[in-house]
Amino acid sequence: MSKNGPIALAFNALVIAFMLAPLVVVCVVAFTPENTLTLPTTEFSLRWFRAVFEHSDFMQSFWNSLWLALASATIATLLAVPAGMAITRYAFPGRDFLNALFLSPLIIPHLVLGVALLRMFALVGGTGSFGFLIFAHALIVTPYTLRLVVAALVGFDRSAEQAALSLGASQATVFKRITLPMILPGVTGGWLLAFINSFDEVTMSIFVTSPSTVTLPVRMYMYATESIDPLMAAVSALMVAVTAVAMIVLDRLYGLDRVLVGGHK
Amino acid sequence: MSALTKRSTPWWLSAPALVLFTVLLLVPLLLTAVLSFNVYDPATGPKSGEFTLDHYIHLFTDSYYYGIFWRTFWISALVALICVLIGTPEAYVLSRMRNPWRSILLLVVLAPLLVSVVVRAFGWSMLLGPEGLVNGLLGVFGIGPVKILYTETAIVIALVHVMLPFMVIPVWTSLQKLDAGVENAALSLGASPFTTLRRIVLPQVMPGILSGSLIVFGLAASSFAIPGLLGGRRLKMVATVVYDEYLHELNWPLGAAVALVLLVANLVVMLSYNRLVEGRYKKALG
Amino acid sequence: MSFLQLTGVTKYYGTTCAVSAMNLSVEKGEFVSLLGPSGCGKTTTLQMIAGFEAVSSGRIELDGKDITTAKANTRGLGIVFQTYALFPHMTVADNVSFGLEMRKMPKAERQERVAQALALVHLEVHAKKYPRELSGGQRQRVALARALVIEPPVLLLDEPLSNLDAKLREEMQFELRQIQRKVGTTTIMVTHDQSEAMSISDRVVVMEGGRATQIDHPHRVYEHPRTRFISTFVGKANLLEGRVTATGTRTRVEIGPLVVDVDDAGFRPGAAVLLSVRPEKAQLVAAGSGRLQGVVGERFFLGSQWLFRVATPVGDLMVLSPNDGRDALDEGQATGIDWPDHCTRLLPADESAAAEAATA
Repeated sequence: MSKNGPIALAFNALVIAFMLAPLVVVCVVAFTPENTLTLPTTEFSLRWFRAVFEHSDFMQSFWNSLWLALASATIATLLAVPAGMAITRYAFPGRDFLNALFLSPLIIPHLVLGVALLRMFALVGGTGSFGFLIFAHALIVTPYTLRLVVAALVGFDRSAEQAALSLGASQATVFKRITLPMILPGVTGGWLLAFINSFDEVTMSIFVTSPSTVTLPVRMYMYATESIDPLMAAVSALMVAVTAVAMIVLDRLYGLDRVLVGGHK
Repeated sequence: MSALTKRSTPWWLSAPALVLFTVLLLVPLLLTAVLSFNVYDPATGPKSGEFTLDHYIHLFTDSYYYGIFWRTFWISALVALICVLIGTPEAYVLSRMRNPWRSILLLVVLAPLLVSVVVRAFGWSMLLGPEGLVNGLLGVFGIGPVKILYTETAIVIALVHVMLPFMVIPVWTSLQKLDAGVENAALSLGASPFTTLRRIVLPQVMPGILSGSLIVFGLAASSFAIPGLLGGRRLKMVATVVYDEYLHELNWPLGAAVALVLLVANLVVMLSYNRLVEGRYKKALG
Repeated sequence: MSFLQLTGVTKYYGTTCAVSAMNLSVEKGEFVSLLGPSGCGKTTTLQMIAGFEAVSSGRIELDGKDITTAKANTRGLGIVFQTYALFPHMTVADNVSFGLEMRKMPKAERQERVAQALALVHLEVHAKKYPRELSGGQRQRVALARALVIEPPVLLLDEPLSNLDAKLREEMQFELRQIQRKVGTTTIMVTHDQSEAMSISDRVVVMEGGRATQIDHPHRVYEHPRTRFISTFVGKANLLEGRVTATGTRTRVEIGPLVVDVDDAGFRPGAAVLLSVRPEKAQLVAAGSGRLQGVVGERFFLGSQWLFRVATPVGDLMVLSPNDGRDALDEGQATGIDWPDHCTRLLPADESAAAEAATA
C-alpha cells in the first residue's frame, strides 16, 4: 500500500490523541495528591485509590458489577452456543426471525430496554432482585456472544465432524470432542466480550438497579452528577484497569482486532 | 450434516435463548407500549385499564418536548456528520499503513469502545471544565476561560469520541474488501491520486460510510450518560427526559411514550439503512 | 454377490437430478475410481455410500447387508476427505486413534495399532505433532492412517491428491496403490484427474451429468471410449467427422478425400460418425507416403515428447512423437501422417445416441 504523507500522519496523530485524551487524563489525575481534580505535578499519590477501597459503597458496587458480569456472561454463553448451532446448522422457517431477535439488543436503545424492564419488574415484584438484574444483563450481552459463536461456526470445516462420524462417534461425542474444542476461541472470546459489556453497562442498569444492587458504573454516574472529585478519577482508573486486563486476555485468546472489526483473518 | 436430522432440533436448541428474550424483551416492550397509552393521574399514578392518546399528543405539541426532540436530532446529525468527516479519512489513513503500526493504531482507535461510557464522559468533563486541560491550553494562547462544559458543544465532542469507532469499523471493513490493485490500475490509466480517491475508492466505501452514519445517528440519539454528565440539568436530550419522567416525575406513561418514539425512530433508521444499501449498492457491488 | 453393490442409486436435490440410476458392483479388494468433471455426481455418489447424503431411491449393499439408510457413524467405512479433515486440536497419534477410541478398544491395543498404522504411512516420528506442524503430504498420510487403522471393509477417498503439488501427487499415487495392495482394502476413489484414475485403478467409472457412461478397466476406457466426451476427457484425441459409406465385415468411413476401413461395427450406412485417432498412435512419415499429407503448423516440446499440430486436407491433426534423439520436424515442413488400422475408433457423431449405447 502506498505511504501516507505527512499531513495524513499528522491528522492520524490528532485523532489518536483525541481518542486517548479522556482515558489518559482520568488515569493520570487518579494519582493526584490534591483534593481537587488536578494533574499530579508534585508527586504520584495513591491516596485516592485507598479512599476507593475504604469507600464501602464503591466496593460493594464493584463486587456487584464483577459478579454480575461473570454470571451474565456465563448465562449468555450457555444460551448463545446452542442458539448459534441452531442458526448456522439448520435451515428452518423462523431462523431469520430468531437471528434478528437475538441480535436486537444491539439496535434497541438500552434506555428503552431499561424502561421496559423497570415496568415489568414493578408488575412482577422483582425490583431490587439481583437475579433479575443478572438475566437483564444476560439479555443485553447475548448478541455479542452470539455473533462470535456464529462466526466461529460459519468458518468451520464441517468435514472434521464428518470424519469423526465416519469413525463411529455419536452426535453428542462429535460435539463434545470435535466441534466444541474447535470453536472454543470464539466461545471464550464471546464470553469475554460479554463480560466487558456487562461490566461497563450503565444506561439500562440505572433503571433496574436498586440501592442494594447498584453497579459500579451506575454508582459512578450518580456520584458524578453531584460532586466531582479525584475519587471518581480513581474509580475510573480502576475500571479502565479491569477493562484493560479483560482486553489483553481477549486478545491472547481470540484477537482483539478480530473481535472489534470481525471477519478478516 | 448427518443425513437424518429432526425438524424440531433447532427449536430445542434455541429454546433457552428464546425464553429469555420473550420474557425479558418482547413482553416488557409490549407492556411498555400498553403503558404509554395508559391514563396518568399525578396523585395515584398510571391507571391501567384506562387508555388515552394524550401522552403522544403532548409529546408532539408541547414546545418543551419539541425542543428536546429537535436538539436530539440536530446533535445526532451533527455528530454523524463529524464522524464521517473524521472517521472516513482516519480509516483510510490506517488502511494504508503497514503492520505493526496498522494493527496497533486501529486497536487504539477502537479499544475505547470497551471502556464504560461513564468513564469516558467523566474524562471529558475533566478536560472540558473551566479548570480543565482544554481551557488550560487555550489559556496559554491567552483565550478564555471558555465555557464548554454543560453546553451542547461538550455533548457533541464527547459523543463524537464515543461514536467514532462505530464509524471507523464499517468504513474499515469496506476498505478491506477493496481490491488493492484497483487504485494502482486507475493510476496506471492516468488518473490523479485525488480523482482515484473520488471516483474509484469513495464509491466503493459509500456503503460503509452510510451504514456507519446511520449507526452513529441512532446511538447518539439514544445516548444517556453523555448528555447526563456533560449537559447538566438544563440541557436535556431524549434519554435524559425519559429518566426524568420515570424516576423524578414518576409519570411512567409519558416516559414510556417517549421511549417508544425513540425505539420506533431507531428501527426506522436501521430499516432505511437496509433499503438503501441493498437497493443502490447491491446491484453494483454484488 | 459382489462386496459393495449400488443398485439404481439416484439422488435428487429438489427437482435437480445429481445422480441418476447408478449401478455399480465392486469386488472385494478392488480399487475403483469414479472419474469425471466437476458436477458429474461422483462426489455425491461417494457421500451417499458414506452416509452423509440420503439416497433418493435405490439400494446400497455392503457384504450382503443393506446399508442404504444406515447412519453415517454406524457404517464403519474409512474415509479420506479432500481437505483431510484432521482434528486440529489433537496430535497425529490421537487423530489416528480416534476411531479405535470410538470402538472402545483398550489403550494398550490402541497404541499398538496406531503405531502400526503410522509405520505403514512412514510417519512414526511425527506421532506427537499437531496437524498444523505438518506439510500437506504428511497430513494426507495421517488422514489415510486414520481411515485404515479401523480396518474398514471399504476405503473411500475423496479427491485425496488434488491439494498436493504435481511432483508430490505422482509419488503419492504409487504409494497409495502400494498401501492398498498391501492391506487389501476395497477402495473407491473420486477424482477429476484422468491420469490419476488410470494409473492406479483396477476399474474406472466415467461419470457425466449424474450418469455412469462407461465402467471398464483403464486400458479399455482409454483404447475403446464409448462416447466423444470420454475420448477427449480421458487422454487427447483427434476427432474427424465423416460418414459411413459401406458396412460388412469392416465399416468404411469417408472423411472428405480420406477413406478408412475400421473394425468397429454397429453403424448404418449414411450415419454421421467421428473417427478417433489418438495423437500417440499417429506417426509422422516421409512426405508423400502414408494416408494423409500435411504441413507442420506448430510444434510444442514436452520433454519426453513432441506435440505437432499438422494442417491436413481433413483438418488440423495432433501428433505425439517420442523424443527419441532424432531431429524433430520444423514448423512449415511438409510431412505424411500414418497410423495402424486397429488404432482407430468409431464414435457416433450424435452424443445422445452414445449415451443410449452406454450401459453399466
